[in-house]
Amino acid sequence: MSFSAIFLQLIQNLLVLLAAPLLLGWVNQCRAWMQGRRGAGGVLQPYRNLIKLFHKDAVLANNASPLFRVTPYILFACMWLAAALVPVLATNLPLSPAVDVIALVGIFALARVFIALAAMDIGTAFGSLGARREMLVGFLAEPALLMVLFTASTISHSTSLITIVETLAHKQFMLYPSMAFAAVAFLMILLAENARVPVDNPSTHLELTMIHEAMILEYSARHLALIEWASTLKLLAYMTIGIALFVPYGIAEAGNWGGLPLAVLLLTLKLLLGGAGLALIETVSAKMRIFRVPEFMGTAFLLAVLGLLTHFLLEV
Amino acid sequence: MPIPFSAQVINMCAALLLLIAFAMLSQRRVLSLINLFALQGLILAVSTTVVAYSSNQHHLYYSAALTLLLKAIVLPVILYKLIHKLDIRWDVETMFNIPTIMLVGLLLVVFSFNLAAPISQMAGTITKSTLGIAMATVLLSFLMMITRSKAVPQVIGFLAMENGLFFAATSATYGMPMVVEMGIALDVLIGMFILGIFFFQIRTAFDSLDLAHMEKLKED
Amino acid sequence: MEIFWVLFIPLLGGLLLAVFGTHRNAPELNSLMSFATLIASAVLTTRVISDGSFTAWNEQFFVDAFNVFLVALTAFVGFTTSLFSRPYMRIEQHHGKLSINMLRLYYSMYQLFTFTMLLALLTNNMGILWVAMEAATLTTVLLVSLYRTPASLEAAWKYFILCGVGIAQALFGTILLYFAAEKILGAGGTALLWTHLNEVKGQLEPTVLSLAFVFLLVGYGTKVGLAPLHNWLPDAHAEGPTPVSAVLSGLLLNVALYAVVRSKVLVDGALGTHFAGNLMMGFGQLSVVMAAFFLSRQKDVKRMFAYSSIEHMGLMTFAFGMGGAVATFAGLLHMTVHCLTKSAIFFAVGHAAQQSGTQLMDGIRGLIKTSPSVGWGLALGTLAILGMPPFGVFTSEFMILTTAMHAYPWTMPFLLIALGVAFASIFGQMQRMVFGETTGKRLPHPPALIPVFVHLALVLMLGLYIPPYLADWYRQAAALIG
Repeated sequence: MSFSAIFLQLIQNLLVLLAAPLLLGWVNQCRAWMQGRRGAGGVLQPYRNLIKLFHKDAVLANNASPLFRVTPYILFACMWLAAALVPVLATNLPLSPAVDVIALVGIFALARVFIALAAMDIGTAFGSLGARREMLVGFLAEPALLMVLFTASTISHSTSLITIVETLAHKQFMLYPSMAFAAVAFLMILLAENARVPVDNPSTHLELTMIHEAMILEYSARHLALIEWASTLKLLAYMTIGIALFVPYGIAEAGNWGGLPLAVLLLTLKLLLGGAGLALIETVSAKMRIFRVPEFMGTAFLLAVLGLLTHFLLEV
Repeated sequence: MPIPFSAQVINMCAALLLLIAFAMLSQRRVLSLINLFALQGLILAVSTTVVAYSSNQHHLYYSAALTLLLKAIVLPVILYKLIHKLDIRWDVETMFNIPTIMLVGLLLVVFSFNLAAPISQMAGTITKSTLGIAMATVLLSFLMMITRSKAVPQVIGFLAMENGLFFAATSATYGMPMVVEMGIALDVLIGMFILGIFFFQIRTAFDSLDLAHMEKLKED
Repeated sequence: MEIFWVLFIPLLGGLLLAVFGTHRNAPELNSLMSFATLIASAVLTTRVISDGSFTAWNEQFFVDAFNVFLVALTAFVGFTTSLFSRPYMRIEQHHGKLSINMLRLYYSMYQLFTFTMLLALLTNNMGILWVAMEAATLTTVLLVSLYRTPASLEAAWKYFILCGVGIAQALFGTILLYFAAEKILGAGGTALLWTHLNEVKGQLEPTVLSLAFVFLLVGYGTKVGLAPLHNWLPDAHAEGPTPVSAVLSGLLLNVALYAVVRSKVLVDGALGTHFAGNLMMGFGQLSVVMAAFFLSRQKDVKRMFAYSSIEHMGLMTFAFGMGGAVATFAGLLHMTVHCLTKSAIFFAVGHAAQQSGTQLMDGIRGLIKTSPSVGWGLALGTLAILGMPPFGVFTSEFMILTTAMHAYPWTMPFLLIALGVAFASIFGQMQRMVFGETTGKRLPHPPALIPVFVHLALVLMLGLYIPPYLADWYRQAAALIG
């Protein structure tokens, strides 16, 4: 393991940490443009929000347990780890052996368990409500996500995301019909897991519909800032997983340092496009009623399974 | 074993057809159903063209053109006109239990993949593996027909079934003889006209195109 | 050339009647065209008798002993039904049930329907056979809904959707057949020609063919009215105009069964087992039993006879499924006599219903008093269809049952009980309709009963004496089918 590889790993870790709010800002800005608004504060607004929150004093409920207090840190750590693990620039980094897709899903699940517990910790109605809804979405989204990842795994014969990316990016180009199904399913999962519009609306606090926001109503100041930051990291992680699975082209090959600038450029481009696409989806679709969510997630699961079946029919 | 690129494109088209079949199964709005049907026709035409190109079967170009004309343009336009005249463009069907329907659909897919597997082995065409998908599309359209209670979605299901059969014909055998294909296209077209007349008759008699009103004739 | 005329005349008739269908003499024109078709098919038949089977037009058409007798039968019943529909439709018009434009539609579609059936019979191409069968559905669907009542629309919708779905399965079967044939015969036009397929049937891939036959049987079986896919049949028969019920029952079902049998010949050749026959026997027997029990609960007279049609089609399917010279001979004979008898019954029933103003059997009473000819027609027709000697139905049913007793004794209880139930219920209903007190009125136009008695006379003749050339045909066809 060379020093430069460790250095690159550090760079990547820091980069995702710092760039995550920027992605959210970009999505919000695109949404504003598409809806004919100028947008408040430009793409940098999430940073300002975070700074503002970090400068405030935290208020905790009297009956808050230590669990409630540590959850933001766990959440943040989980999401940072997830986002940093996904190979976005190069495939031979020190942490690469750890990038197993099942482990990734596990990290997301860990974060979910903690945030749901913390939401119920205070004992308010909204917290429990949000936790319940979060678990409802989660228990459907998780198997669907696994199915999507399994589809990619069966193509590359490995559950290591690194191997998957290398298979898809560097081998001879092939059209994978199964990946078309997986892509649609993954998009639906991405929307649901990141509390985006058809499933949840991150910018409102309507008790009838909110999921994610209901869980974090009791948080303030630095705790809230960490949770918000973790959310942006989660969005980035999902986007990069999507990129790694479906459009990995351009990622630097092992040991090829000259490919890095191009990789950075392409990644930026992909993220910009992805963000704009997400904003487009959020603009054209309407929030669905909460009892339709299981149906939505069920469809995602079904598509993922279909992808797997199609793989065995068409590509073996 | 590398799969040739044209076969990959056809496989992709097959997957898209299957995707559309599922989308139709869960789509509640009539207008979107027609759009999906038109898209299905378009993909069918594309895949037929690719088959024609890669296998050098010139008669398939004609049937691709015929498909494009009939299934991606004429039939959808007729359907648009119909729902416009009948004023049911924004009709939404109340369907329950979409997840269950989808699950049944999934089982149908598994079933048809299994059924088609031994036959696909024998096919000499480059597109042999798509036979299972064609079969699944047929069965899914069938499922769609029996889960709908309104006339127009049922008919769209019927036409989608025909699309699936056409896909089966091109994928398993490079298309039926031309004279048969022309005959089938003619039948479908006439059938569509008759159904159009029918919609108006049903509307006049029942004040609605909801077939749930039709329950006079049953064995007691 | 004869084939050309057989097909061209009804097609021309359809076009002519689409133009002149509103004319006062349209019914006569309709009969005339049907008569011309009959003449043409008679000429075709004589040629087949003298020359044996032949193909025409690049082998696209094909006549042998099996289909030529069905062509003759179709043309004959088509002609007599057109004779019957002349006064019948005038009475319906008089009662204000039909407008002049509906009549035009009726006449035009009637001719086109004849055309599609003849095309289905004469074509050598399994694909065109499918196209013609589908076209036969399309031409009759608007006839079933001719009265535009809610019930008739519902029946027509059911008919269209069920038969459409069914026939789509048949298309899939045809595709599979082509798939298997293409490897032997090469791609292109000849791989679906029945004569070619028949020559190489031993080389066709058995797995594919058995799957294809399942689809073909389900598809065409829907049109034959085999249980459990028979739902459309009673509705379409009951709600459509009576002449349409007569041709549906008498002709269309036969043609659909013809398609099944043609497929069976190929599949038997490829498989060398009794797989296709077993399937047909199973479906046939199920249809007989189901129809008999549904039949006993009907209130509508046309529905009752529609179920009787299902029963008889089931019996024929069973007979063809058993195979062998005797059973197939009996099946062919039964096809003929059922077609003649059932259309005669529908003619009589049509007039009876017009007289009573209802199709419900409770409302039809004392036919023998108001109109003795209708009453006698119905009574004799019913006795014939129930298999009373000396009518031809007795002969064919007797042959089928005795063969079954030898080869498949376990089927006996089912068949005998079903036939018994059917006998009891139809006979009881017939007695009440023919005899008993009545309030019916006389019809505004004299009913056309010559077809009824001509048909019944033929059935009687076939019961007592089968002309040698006819028996010869049956034997040839039976040898062909195996």
